[in-house]
Amino acid sequence: MNAHTSADTERVEKLQGLGSSRRRVEDARFTQGKGNYVDDIKLPGMLFGDFVRSPYGHARIKSIDKKAALAVPGVVAVLTAEDLKPLNLHYMPTLAGDVQAVLADEKVLFQNQEVAFVVAENRYVAADAVDLVEVEYDELPALVDAFRAMDGNAPLLRDDIKDKKEGAHGPRRHHNHIFHWEEGDEASVNRALADAEVTVEELISYQRVHPCPLETCGCVASMDKVNGKLTLWGTFQAPHAVRTVASLITNIPEHNIRIVSPDIGGGFGNKVGVYPGYICAAVASIVTGVPIKWVEDRIENLTATAFARDYHMTGRLAAKRDGTITGLHCHVLADHGAFDACADPTKFPAGFFNICTGSYDIPVAYVGVDGVYTNKAPGGVAYRCSFRVTEAAYLIERMIDVLARKLDMDPAELRLKNLIRKEQFPYTSALGWEYDSGDYHTAMNKALEAVDYKTLRNEQARNRAAFDRGETRSLMGIGIAHFTEIVGAGPIKNCDILGLGMFDSCEIRIHPTGSATARLGTISQGQGHATTFAQILATEIGIPADDITLEEGDTDTAPYGLGTYGSRSTPVAGAATAMAGRKIRAKAQMIAAYLLEVHEGDLEWDVDRFQVKGNPEAHKTMKEIAFSAYNQAIPGLEPGLEAVSYYDPPNMTYPFGAYVCVVDIDVDTGVTDIRSFYALDDCGTRINPMIIEGQVHGGLTEALAIAMGQEISYDEIGNVQGGNLMDFFLPTAVETPFWQTDHTTTPSPHHPIGAKGVGESPNVGGVPAFSNAVNDAFAHKGLTHTQMPHDHWRVWKTAQRLGLTG
Amino acid sequence: MSKTQVNMTVNGNAVSALAEPRTLLIHFLREEMNLTGAHIGCETSHCGACTVDLNGKSVKSCTVFVGQAQGAEITTIEGIAQEDGTLHPVQEAFREHHGLQCGFCTPGMITRAWRLLQENPKPTEEEIRYGISGNLCRCTGYQNIVTAIQAAAADLSIKEAAE
Repeated sequence: MNAHTSADTERVEKLQGLGSSRRRVEDARFTQGKGNYVDDIKLPGMLFGDFVRSPYGHARIKSIDKKAALAVPGVVAVLTAEDLKPLNLHYMPTLAGDVQAVLADEKVLFQNQEVAFVVAENRYVAADAVDLVEVEYDELPALVDAFRAMDGNAPLLRDDIKDKKEGAHGPRRHHNHIFHWEEGDEASVNRALADAEVTVEELISYQRVHPCPLETCGCVASMDKVNGKLTLWGTFQAPHAVRTVASLITNIPEHNIRIVSPDIGGGFGNKVGVYPGYICAAVASIVTGVPIKWVEDRIENLTATAFARDYHMTGRLAAKRDGTITGLHCHVLADHGAFDACADPTKFPAGFFNICTGSYDIPVAYVGVDGVYTNKAPGGVAYRCSFRVTEAAYLIERMIDVLARKLDMDPAELRLKNLIRKEQFPYTSALGWEYDSGDYHTAMNKALEAVDYKTLRNEQARNRAAFDRGETRSLMGIGIAHFTEIVGAGPIKNCDILGLGMFDSCEIRIHPTGSATARLGTISQGQGHATTFAQILATEIGIPADDITLEEGDTDTAPYGLGTYGSRSTPVAGAATAMAGRKIRAKAQMIAAYLLEVHEGDLEWDVDRFQVKGNPEAHKTMKEIAFSAYNQAIPGLEPGLEAVSYYDPPNMTYPFGAYVCVVDIDVDTGVTDIRSFYALDDCGTRINPMIIEGQVHGGLTEALAIAMGQEISYDEIGNVQGGNLMDFFLPTAVETPFWQTDHTTTPSPHHPIGAKGVGESPNVGGVPAFSNAVNDAFAHKGLTHTQMPHDHWRVWKTAQRLGLTG
Repeated sequence: MSKTQVNMTVNGNAVSALAEPRTLLIHFLREEMNLTGAHIGCETSHCGACTVDLNGKSVKSCTVFVGQAQGAEITTIEGIAQEDGTLHPVQEAFREHHGLQCGFCTPGMITRAWRLLQENPKPTEEEIRYGISGNLCRCTGYQNIVTAIQAAAADLSIKEAAE
């Protein structure tokens, strides 16, 4: 390599490549109100669709009378299951191998389930008509307690599959049973538990929540009957997968379906699935021949599309008295609602929950998961986390604290004792994952030093003594988490969705004047792909990021990819981008060799050019090479400069981090003040530090929301509670604390640029850090575990139960 | 449903149109005026994505009937930049300080911040946090939004001093 000169630095800076806090190219339109979200789309003749929804959690439909609705001027159609049956579209396949009713077929199985679809000239008329569709129901007993789903006398929910003994993931033990899935060696774990000096057991529930992006789900469907082409604009986190599924269920050939994801107003997992609204809008457009818009409102969003979590996890740890963990046993009761619509890779009905050994070197482990049906909305999406990874992290990080209480050991010390050591990487966990890289002790120690952990514990001891003397009514809690994520799904050998391998793709075209267009199979929902993927390319091909346009989300132009969720964009599509860039560079090298009349091997790459080794004056910049690719006949080479890469990752990536949260709890009101939050993230190579920090801030705020207040619950007859923004907690700027961010950098050894993905880590690590802090505040009073969310009322109840309230 | 005549000024332009009295201001602006910058994020006036400026006050246009805006002066996100396209310091600061991600809350948030800085040109951090607490953001965690508004306040005060 050349000696470092200021001219080199200038050339590197001009690229705004890897490591640059490049300002976002997306912001010009968003700051001026010029974004283009699905509800902004307006097409000639467009009609609006709206749903009639079930008021009951469980009921039989006796009759549906459309007459009054159809009589409203401006109403065009009212669709019910009976109308969809001839098309075989009254049920649709789910990502989890189940089927879901598009419009309720004889029964409703959850409150707000879609019963009829009204099509009208505008949204006001549609809403009027929705009120006039008369549906008669016979109410049935609702099943809302997952623990009673498999009781002998539990009501039958799914008449449509009542005789189906074999589900998508093996035998079903009960009419409300979906699957049993297990991993690990249970016999060895049972031996470890039997032989252990110390064991702990805890039921840890992770409540039902919802991703609640600020933009709800919606679409515009437009059937061009002349050309036989269906175009669907919508809030899709995986546009190509939607195209394939749409083709399979409508029998429209895939080349005649165009899926477009315009700007998306946040996704967080909510926009991975296929929802009845999409199908109904498409059917209505096929029937009417005009475009149909369907956009759900917030209550519909929270109560009908894509819940997350609802896992009841019973964890058991075996340990030696010195704190060495010798085994983990976990059973999960998974409440999947009325249809199994979980968005997981097909072979993983509980996602990657078997990452639940976390950051720790646990020799033997077992996990068993049973999924059950209840009268609740379907979903089970990965809300800002990889598939079921936040549940797994919550389990292990809470269990570590529970064990620390039992051993009367500091939770930080217990973690440091059991963390996987740097020299153990690549590390194969007891449940079969190969962790690619990590330096956990460095991260943990850096975090403890940054917050001055010893001083905090000393202060807490003084606070507790003062509390006992009656000098304060406030208790201090310190929560620690050291999490390991598993993201970047994933290798085709074990990851697919409905048979589609979870590779991703990038196609690059270098234009004659040296600018470029790149297209990816992913789709940004706020992550800033147009900014960061251009940075990856800038470094790979030496063209300034500002001269690279990045496009995603249109299946007519983008190469096939599996979309954006589970922090997979950077690990998979980011890798494809780098690899496609390297193909460009390889051809560019051949062109440069021809132009400079040297052998390819005599050239070396330097920032933005190929130069002759030992003679940097003899060089060709990528810009010059690009022009030559289009204007010279080069022997043995085709004209043009384009490349495409489909990247099948060899492994997942394993981001990790160490978080410390400090809270002060007023025991008389339950008000919990987040005094400080320190987050150290290691996401491997950092592409754009500004964007990484923004992702961490946002993920932590969503973790705060989940840990401290979010819950979608159901009363005993199946009425959904928490289904609007009056009841569902979204923190404002007032409740949200200042986030102190930090990092270490441990590149992924198998990713072309060493990046691991970051967007979801703060949610995965944040939730246990908050929860551990609240539990820690009461630990000296005998508390081992109290369930989330830690809203003021529940925290006050905990204090009351412990006899601390006045 | 019968329509009534509504007149108002939107971003400095006189607007006269027929609308059903029950039409919400947000729908009127988005669908009749084609001003799609302000968004709809809820129906309970919690999220603030629909924030516009009505007679010098920030309002949530999802809970204002178009008739209530009769004769009003309305400014939306589309009217914040100067006519020559120069961005307002608040818009510049949001970009410079990464105060947005998905962009869905951004028009409402910027429109609110723009008004806040007229109500209180030198807000403290706490005043900013309270001042934007009617606008929800699911992406940023607010930290960079607060920084952006602080930076915009500083920028505006420098510009004012120079005038």
